[in-house]
This record gives sequence, C-alpha cells and structure tokens, in this order.
Amino acid sequence: MQIISQILFLLALVAGIWFFTRNVKRLIRNIKLGKEIDRSDRSGERWAKMSRIALGQSKMVKRPIAGILHVIVYVGFIIINIEVLEIIIDGLFGTHRILSFMGGFYNFLIGSFEILALLVLIGVIIFWTRRNISNIYRFLSRELKGWPKNDANYILYFEMVLMLLFLVMNATDYQLQLNGAAHYSQEAGIVGAFPVSQFLLPIFDGMSNATLIIIERAAWWLHILGILIFLNYLYYSKHLHILLAFPNVYYSKLQPKGEMDNLEAVTKEVKLMMDPDADPFAAPAEEDADAEPEKFGASDVMDLNRVQLLNAYTCTECGRCTSECPANLTGKKLSPRKIMMDTRDRVEEIGEIINKNGKFEDDGKQLLDDYILREELWACTTCNACVEACPIGIDPLSIILDMRRYLVMEQSAAPNELGISMTNIENNGAPWPYNQQDRLNWVNEN
Amino acid sequence: MAEALKVPTMAEYMAESKKPEVLFWVGCAGSFDDRAKKITKAFVKLLHNAGVDFAVLGTEESCTGDPAKRAGNEFLFQMQAATNIEVLNGYEIKKIVTACPHCFNTIKNEYPALGGNYEVVHHTQFLKSLLEEGRLKVEGGKFKGKRITFHDPCYLGRGNGEYEAPRDLLRKLEVELIEMRKCKSEGLCCGAGGGQMFKEPEPGNKDVNIERTEQALEVEPEVIAAGCPFCNTMMTDGVKSKNQEDDIAVMDVAELIASAEDL
Repeated sequence: MQIISQILFLLALVAGIWFFTRNVKRLIRNIKLGKEIDRSDRSGERWAKMSRIALGQSKMVKRPIAGILHVIVYVGFIIINIEVLEIIIDGLFGTHRILSFMGGFYNFLIGSFEILALLVLIGVIIFWTRRNISNIYRFLSRELKGWPKNDANYILYFEMVLMLLFLVMNATDYQLQLNGAAHYSQEAGIVGAFPVSQFLLPIFDGMSNATLIIIERAAWWLHILGILIFLNYLYYSKHLHILLAFPNVYYSKLQPKGEMDNLEAVTKEVKLMMDPDADPFAAPAEEDADAEPEKFGASDVMDLNRVQLLNAYTCTECGRCTSECPANLTGKKLSPRKIMMDTRDRVEEIGEIINKNGKFEDDGKQLLDDYILREELWACTTCNACVEACPIGIDPLSIILDMRRYLVMEQSAAPNELGISMTNIENNGAPWPYNQQDRLNWVNEN
Repeated sequence: MAEALKVPTMAEYMAESKKPEVLFWVGCAGSFDDRAKKITKAFVKLLHNAGVDFAVLGTEESCTGDPAKRAGNEFLFQMQAATNIEVLNGYEIKKIVTACPHCFNTIKNEYPALGGNYEVVHHTQFLKSLLEEGRLKVEGGKFKGKRITFHDPCYLGRGNGEYEAPRDLLRKLEVELIEMRKCKSEGLCCGAGGGQMFKEPEPGNKDVNIERTEQALEVEPEVIAAGCPFCNTMMTDGVKSKNQEDDIAVMDVAELIASAEDL
C-alpha cells in the first residue's frame, strides 16, 4: 500500500516537472521570437537593481495597502515553500515529517509556516475583495473583462485552498500525534508547533484515527498536487511574474527614462546621406543585394526585442501603469497595461501556431491593428508615468514608440497635424512654419 | 523701452576667436513662441546679472528632433541630430544650458551615441549652480510668502531625475512651496509631450492639461511655476479655461527669479 502511494507520488512529481520544463522551453522559444538586444552591460548595477526592486519589493510598497499585503503573500509564499522540500522527501520515501529531527528549530519552522499561512490567507481574501467588491479604478478597465479577471480570481482561489489544505493537514496531523496513532506519533513526543491549526482541532473532535488519517492524507495529497498544478498553471497565467519579475528587472533599462534608443539602421543611412564622399549611384554591396531591407519600427511581435517580450510575459496586469497614464485618466483608449497584454496575447498566438505546425506561418494577423489600435498609440505623451509606476521594471512606452516608428517610417501614417509639424522641422528646423533666419528675432522684439 | 538685450552669437564669438563659458540653447519654443520668448529673455537677464559669458547659435540652431523622434520619425530626428552635432562640434562646444527639458533630454542623452558629447544642464540646474557659486543673488523679493506650486516637466523629472533644482530656487525666493497631490516622480504630464503639442488629442472625456490644472487648483496656488515652455503653454491654457487667469499666474522659474529681482 505504502509503496503504491510512493510510486504515485513519484509519477505526479515527474509529470509536474516534465510539463513545467516543457512550458519553460516554450516560453524561452517564444521570447526568442523577438530581436536580440544586448543588456549584458553593467551587471553589478543590474544585480543591485534586481535585489532592490524584485527581491526587496521596493516599488511595491509605494502604494502601501496593496504593497504591504503583497509583501506578506510574497514572503509567505517563499518561506512556506521550504515545507514543500519535506513533503517531497516524505512522499518519495514514505517517511513522515522527515526533518523533525531538527527538534526545536523544526518546531519553529512549522510554527512560522502556520502563522505565515494565516497571514497569506487574510491577505489573499483582502485582495479578492479589492478586486471584486471595492471600486478600484485599475481593476475596472475594459481589458480586464473575461479571462484576465477570471485568471486573477483563480490565482486567489488557488492560494486560499492551498493555505487551507496546509492548515487542515497540520491540524489532523497534530490530532493524530495527540492520539498516539502509528506512523504519526514520534518518540520525541509532539513534533512541529501548531499555533494556528490547533484552533481547528474542535472541528475534528470525536473523529476516529482512521477518519483523521483519511483527512490528513487527502489534505497532504491535494496540497502537493495543488502546488504541482499551480506550477504548471503559471505558463497560462499572469502569475508568471513570480518567476519572471527577477530576470525582467535585471534586464530593464538602466539609462535615464527620458533617453530613447537611437535606431542603428537609421544612423547608417543618415551617415551615408551626410557623407560627401558617398557615391549616390553605387550599387549595393554584393552580399547585401538579396538581403531584405531592415524594417523600421514594429508592426508585430517579431519586430520587438526580447526584453520587450519578456516584459509582456512578466506583466501581472496590476494596472498601476494605466492608473497613472495621463491619456487613460482623461478617457482616451490608451492603456499601457493593455499594450503589454496585447503583446503577450499575440506572442502566445504565434507560439500556438508554432506548436501546431512546427514553424510560424503567416496567419494574416499582426500586433498592430488586430490587437493594438493606432488611436491608442497616438494618445501617448511619452511621459514615462507608466514606466515609473511599474513595480517590476516593465517599459510599455518602448513598445508604443517602436510601433509609432513603424507607422511613421514604413507607412507615413502619422496624424495629419503631426505630419505637418514634421515637414516644418524638415524645411525650416522648427515644428512651426517659421523661417530659420528669424530664430534670433526675439532679441530685438518687445 | 528698456535697453536692448545683448545676446552674442557663436559666429560673433568665433570671429573674435573667443569661447563662451556656456552655450545657451534657446530651442524652437524659446525662439518663436510668444509666451516662451519671455522666458528666454528672463533667463538672458539672469545670465547677464550673474555675469555669465554666454552665446547662442542664433540662426544656426535647429530643432533637436525631439518631437520627431517621439512621434516615431527616427529618420528626421537623426538628420536633425547630425546637423546640430556638426554645428556644435564645429564650435567646440563643451557646455550647454537650455530652458527646455525636451532639448535638454535629447542633447544630453541621445546625442552622445551620435557623436555629440557635451555637458548639458537645464536652466534651473544652471541657476542653482550660479546661486551656489555666489554669482547670482536670489532673495525673497515680491514672491515672499506667496503660495506657489511647481509642476514637474516629465523630461526633467521622471525623464532625468531632477526634482530638486527648481524647488531649491523657489525656496530661495522664500515662497510658500506647496506640492500637488501628484508631484515629483508621480507628477502628471501636462499633455504636450510625445508630439501631442502639435496635434489634436485623441477622443476622450477631458484634455490632459485640464486634468493637471485641476490638480494644481486643488492646492489653491497664487502662481503655478513651470520649467518647460510647453508645460507653460498647457497650464496657461488650463488656467484660462477655468477662468482663473486673473488670479493665478503661470510662470517659469527663471521668470519668477528675474521678476523678483526686478530685472
């Protein structure tokens, strides 16, 4: 009997890890659909930034209520997972509370896990109310209708159930130890400390050891299976941020926010144009003859870079960006969060095509127009409020800018008045139609 | 009329084989926009007052390319950058001061990779350093005790992390500096950036400058201080649309100092 459960456990564990590995491989493959970008510089600064912002949650607490609750759930989640180590060893070897030899320290650990589990449970319940009952601007946006809202709630239910199972497992275990049941009671006396689950004991009052064992085993199994399922749910969910927040912050932009990258392809052309020695009638170099000319800007996810796609997968749709966006606050269609969600949806759509056909085949869709509307792109003031607001270093503005570049340089599709101001800059060096020779007239004017 | 301003150009300096301490990059708004020209003049008066040896490019200056770049026209931006860098490098410019945060950000951050390396400061940073060096005297004057709020320009504040230089200057004027609900790194944009200044806004339920003006009016200021010619225009329009232009002035930090000193 025991050996069967050990084998079943091994199978569940292997399956869980196998699926997870497959998902991670697909994730990496999808991110690599983007263009390479070199962010290997300044690694010291990057580690420091990651420790501060991802590990240390420094930007989360800028909004104290959500921030502190998040820190509780985050710390709880990480620390309680130490217990998973013991669960895995017990599951594989048919032991029970294998780490209890640590004595007092073990009791301290189990006691801490219980208190954290209770705090996580409370935190998650408050999160659920904020999301579903309180009228919080950033949870009411259009882009959260349907799956994104359900996804957020599923995560919360998952966490509630996992924490409850953990506490039920401990409570019944404690009762079985008190009853002196075989396999549960230990020579050393009671192992583990149960500062929270001891209050659940009255529920199990009067139950036979056999019933208690069934409940304890059921809770134990559901808890660990739940964790394995949750692990594999990540890939399909906004909850991926628990893993990706770290690399995402590491690879985020270190330059001043106001600085936007100069397109190298353009630099080359401008240099050629300004070079008096360049031969305007020169045939393109031999090896370049068949090469496709580089596309300016982005109309689909393959035109974006890998950090931008990592950003999209990392976004947990909290909407802090959107709630700071001047365009969104004044009723425009632009929502930086939607830019990130659309980008991810499109990458995943392409990923699915590759899963089916082995390679990407044009599906007649693209990120521009089919997901992100021009109206959204043109509403951006490039103010960087979204970038500043993101607690994990996502840069929606860089995607907006790349898509504007495509519209302007590949399609000449700037809004009319903007086109006129650009023509002015070209003709007379100012966005307004004033003669460059009049630039110093202000000196003698009143 | 007051005596004409003395504004030497780099070409004149070159002819006398002189080099100025700093180049004043006036910018398109500062050169052509009627409201912004007043800021330019106020700043020039302060430069003279502090005895700064400066020059401008005059007719050799051209748009930095900022609005083109942020509208997606990287090509036009780099053309502008290449032309400007050629002029600046030709004059061997080392240090640039500008009263426009967009010019400031572009020249400071985006020109170096294209061959333009200069020390670039915003005029509030420059005025602050003049103050610290004792070259410029700023004392209370007529704004002492007035309720003044500072609107952070995105490309000075969030874009480049400078929140304190303009505030330090205002404190020197002994004003009652009050902060809006959204300020510094969380400051709300005036609505002009990213090329919006030159186009109609997308459909929505409000203009961004109205939203920002409402935030400013919440703190009941006598003056809304700005550090960017575009913010200035947007906030001035916002105040007008609320029919408050007789009670609330929108002024650049440089104008506040110059007018406090009766320059």
